[in-house]
Amino acid sequence: MSEALNELASYLRETRSQLISDAAINYGELTLTTTAANLIELLTFLRDDVQCAFINFVDVCGVDWPQRPDRFDVVYHLLSPRQNLRVRIKVATGEGEPVPSATSVFPGADWFEREAYDMYGILFTGHPDLRRILTDYGFEGHPLRKDFPVTGFVEVRYDDEAKRVVYEPVELKQEFRNFDFLSPWEGTEYVLPGDEKAKAR
Amino acid sequence: MTEHNVRNFNINFGPQHPAAHGVLRLVLELDGEIVERVDPHIGLLHRGTEKLIETKTYLQAIPYFDRLDYVAPMNQEHAFALAVEKLTGTEVPIRGQLIRVLYSEIGRILSHLLNVTTQAMDVGALTPPLWGFEEREKLMVFYERACGARMHSAYFRPGGVHQDLPHELVEDIGKWIDPFLKTVDDIDELLTGNRIFKQRNVDIGVVKLDDAWAWGFSGVMVRGSGAAWDLRRSQPYECYSDMEFDIPIGKNGDCFDRYLIRMIEMRESAKIMRQCVNRLLGDAKVGPVSSMDGKIVPPKRGEMKRSMEALIHHFKLYTEGYHVPAGEVYAAVEAPKGEFGVYLVSDGSNKPYRCKIRAPGYAHLQAMDFLCRGHQLADVSAVLGSLDIVFGEVDR
Repeated sequence: MSEALNELASYLRETRSQLISDAAINYGELTLTTTAANLIELLTFLRDDVQCAFINFVDVCGVDWPQRPDRFDVVYHLLSPRQNLRVRIKVATGEGEPVPSATSVFPGADWFEREAYDMYGILFTGHPDLRRILTDYGFEGHPLRKDFPVTGFVEVRYDDEAKRVVYEPVELKQEFRNFDFLSPWEGTEYVLPGDEKAKAR
Repeated sequence: MTEHNVRNFNINFGPQHPAAHGVLRLVLELDGEIVERVDPHIGLLHRGTEKLIETKTYLQAIPYFDRLDYVAPMNQEHAFALAVEKLTGTEVPIRGQLIRVLYSEIGRILSHLLNVTTQAMDVGALTPPLWGFEEREKLMVFYERACGARMHSAYFRPGGVHQDLPHELVEDIGKWIDPFLKTVDDIDELLTGNRIFKQRNVDIGVVKLDDAWAWGFSGVMVRGSGAAWDLRRSQPYECYSDMEFDIPIGKNGDCFDRYLIRMIEMRESAKIMRQCVNRLLGDAKVGPVSSMDGKIVPPKRGEMKRSMEALIHHFKLYTEGYHVPAGEVYAAVEAPKGEFGVYLVSDGSNKPYRCKIRAPGYAHLQAMDFLCRGHQLADVSAVLGSLDIVFGEVDR
């Protein structure tokens, strides 16, 4: 399988070098890196080219890297049933920088892009109906961003007097416990209480 | 002639409709009885699984996968375990692989039994669920005897499975197969030739193969449209390449073909189970069920009483957990509903940096508008039934 992947990677590097900035094989999987401007052309090529034939659309998802200037990765997974190969395409994008929607190439991208918008706030231009999908009606914020707390901001309950559900700021009976089990002997980055005394003298 | 003000009619299907298979709200725009537009509203069962997994160690993430497609829990764990094994480079011993395959096939039968019989119920038959659920109950007892829980098993762990199976259990599974095939024949007899069942399913929800690929379909949905595509054969994982089984494919891509494929797949699964049972009682009767690497798999209780090393490993694995090398992988299994994939991004720490769950039902449900347009209102529940939707995995 990896031989066929190597072949595919070199084929793509030769024929479409202007579209991809990197093609790497790790853990037996091919990852292509491209830019938002070249994305649609690359996806169309991968779908239509006889040697690629990546006709099955598998997945779109976001990944958040808050410390990077372009904080989001949009990751596409495609499958070629004829070649029996998978490919991953990555596009880096910033907050408020839209990525062209893949719905024109693969109709199946629709809900996956809505989910990426819902969870990360990644915008897709040309998407027919970019609404929230998994979160509540009228939800605010993008829950899978790394700076969104796991407990969220609001909680819902049914108010018997008002006869409807009401939203209130989340109130925790107990602080969210995120135990840190990382070994202090293997070079943690934080300072443990009392460590400053060791340096004082 | 009087002039009528004709307008389209909007109705809500669900979220509490029994044919919605859970908490689906469909907003249907109707022109008389004809469906003009379908807008599925999902997320009513959204629990933020992916966010929660990011805050837990790799081992603690396993139980969340049972709660996705709760009809076939172990198949989901399998994808996650495969992803972690790919990143850490862990090998599973043959006995562990056979147990995994055995229980994956039990999961497939669990799921197909539920789907076939409830689809029959959606279109008006009441007997099949009663027959099918009896067999499901027996299968859940096998789940319980392997791991202690009927549904939320947390049995497939990275590196292998949690505990070994007793030989009596394997023998009982072997004895269950023949009576089960009889039940499948009974259900077959009840439904396949049934005039009403055919009227409701034949030529309904037809998908062409090209459309199926482009919409991101997988599993039974592409096999029903004529593609001989099964990840167990085309991209084999575990010891599926040693197993002998056939892949049924459909010709018309309609609801009835998908039903027929599920019926045949149950028989094929029984065939695979029989091979696993024979090997688990034969050449793989003894041996480890999980990797011997103490850095990934916790030691046995007895070992901990004697070995200091084992005690340290146990303590470290259940507090800090193991560190997974940085990188990203996509691992997919042929779950009963289609390709269930896990895209795992690791930053080298003891918790997943990102774990995207690619659920087959999500891709299938988004095509509801495409599938139902121009059909009658009553066909919506037939199409929905044949998509095999479970909301645990769609909403995550």
